[in-house]
Amino acid sequence: MAAIMHFFDVFINSYDVFLDGLWITFKLSLASLVIAFFIGLFFAVLKISNIRILEWIADAYIWIVRGTPLIVQIFILFYGLTDILLIPMFWAGVAGLAFHSGAYIAEIIRGAIQSIEKGQREAGRSLGMSTSLTMRRIILPQAFRRAVPSLGNQFIIGIKDSSLVSFIGMQDLFGVASTMGSNSFDYLSYFFTVAVYYLFIVLVLTVLVNRIEKRLAVSD
Amino acid sequence: MDNKKEIIRVDQLNKSFGDLHVLKDIDLTVMESEVVVLIGASGSGKSTLLRCLNFLEMKNGGEIFLDGEKINKSTHDLNDIRQRVGMVFQHFNLFPHKTVLGNVIEAPIHVKGENKANAIKEGKKLLDKVGLEDKYDVYPSTLSGGQKQRVAIARALAMKPEVMLFDEPTSALDPELVGEVLSTMKELAEEGMTMVVVTHEMGFAREVGDWVVYMHDGRIIEYGHPNEIFDQPREERTRSFISSVL
Repeated sequence: MAAIMHFFDVFINSYDVFLDGLWITFKLSLASLVIAFFIGLFFAVLKISNIRILEWIADAYIWIVRGTPLIVQIFILFYGLTDILLIPMFWAGVAGLAFHSGAYIAEIIRGAIQSIEKGQREAGRSLGMSTSLTMRRIILPQAFRRAVPSLGNQFIIGIKDSSLVSFIGMQDLFGVASTMGSNSFDYLSYFFTVAVYYLFIVLVLTVLVNRIEKRLAVSD
Repeated sequence: MDNKKEIIRVDQLNKSFGDLHVLKDIDLTVMESEVVVLIGASGSGKSTLLRCLNFLEMKNGGEIFLDGEKINKSTHDLNDIRQRVGMVFQHFNLFPHKTVLGNVIEAPIHVKGENKANAIKEGKKLLDKVGLEDKYDVYPSTLSGGQKQRVAIARALAMKPEVMLFDEPTSALDPELVGEVLSTMKELAEEGMTMVVVTHEMGFAREVGDWVVYMHDGRIIEYGHPNEIFDQPREERTRSFISSVL
């Protein structure tokens, strides 16, 4: 009982530092996932381009991302990028996370595009629409709808993965928990606290994705 | 009847899918306001012929003329050509993320650059014409097969094509819904629309067709007026096909 009361104490008294961390996690996740989405869209289009060299480029990218741990990618980007360019730590973190999620999002979008019936493309083309207009107006809107559940899932993974930027020194949610834990030697209370924050974020996102799914289901 | 103009002419058309030679030396002319019905067993090449006519499939040999002009991938923008050749598919292929009216106005607005208010006005007129005046704002998933196909017809007509191609438009429909689509097509024919129709509806072919083309194994076996083809076919293969489907 005392342990539980103690946890609540820590949870309530640490809210201001954790809100700072939450804000960083939020900015980091939002920026990296928006960028990852466009990276993913770009490589998905390369993969279905039917142009071999472009497909190879996309395959190589996905292979590299899937074949190496995220923490290694973040470290290489952080030490590599900050050696060559003067880029702030925040953007090094964003770059690492976006580079990583982009590969998974590329596969999700490619799968969704390929799941759209061939007849849709033919209908667009038969009305005189160009390949790119058919893609933009007919195929992609349907593919995105189909991809919403998988994209939501990938976004959740991305938010949780963002905790790894604490290893390059960022004070995101997990960074705050680590620092507070090591300052007080009360690791368990702070990691429980940070777990609650992550659960809350994921809960909000899950509800949001479910709402979007329901709204998009109107036309089905 | 003599001064009708030629809309489509196909000259020695050949098409293969890999080793499979599906169209062999096809010659066909479609004059303005004519309805040409392609019949034949499945696999005879009739759908492929239709798809070559609007370049959804690319020919391997021969020539295709539209309005007397030879059409080539290298000299023409096929997107422009396809605007002039409407197509109705067996499985409707309506855009499920757009309303009925949205399906109809999509290409006029985004391909032709028509102004939206005008496209809506024209689109509603077309939907009224095919008997869907109460369905403007619903999504295709709520429609019956017959209604879907009538939307698809309106969508193709919205581009004001010179010729309409129908690829087995009633084959995916429940039997009780076939009639409404055929009567829409018949009205269209009576208004003078030039049409090429692939169908298994022999009643339609006989009643609405000006010409009937019997295809077998990638070739045109026989070509004639409906009563010639149905009542006194010259070729044995035509005769046995007709007797098997009637």
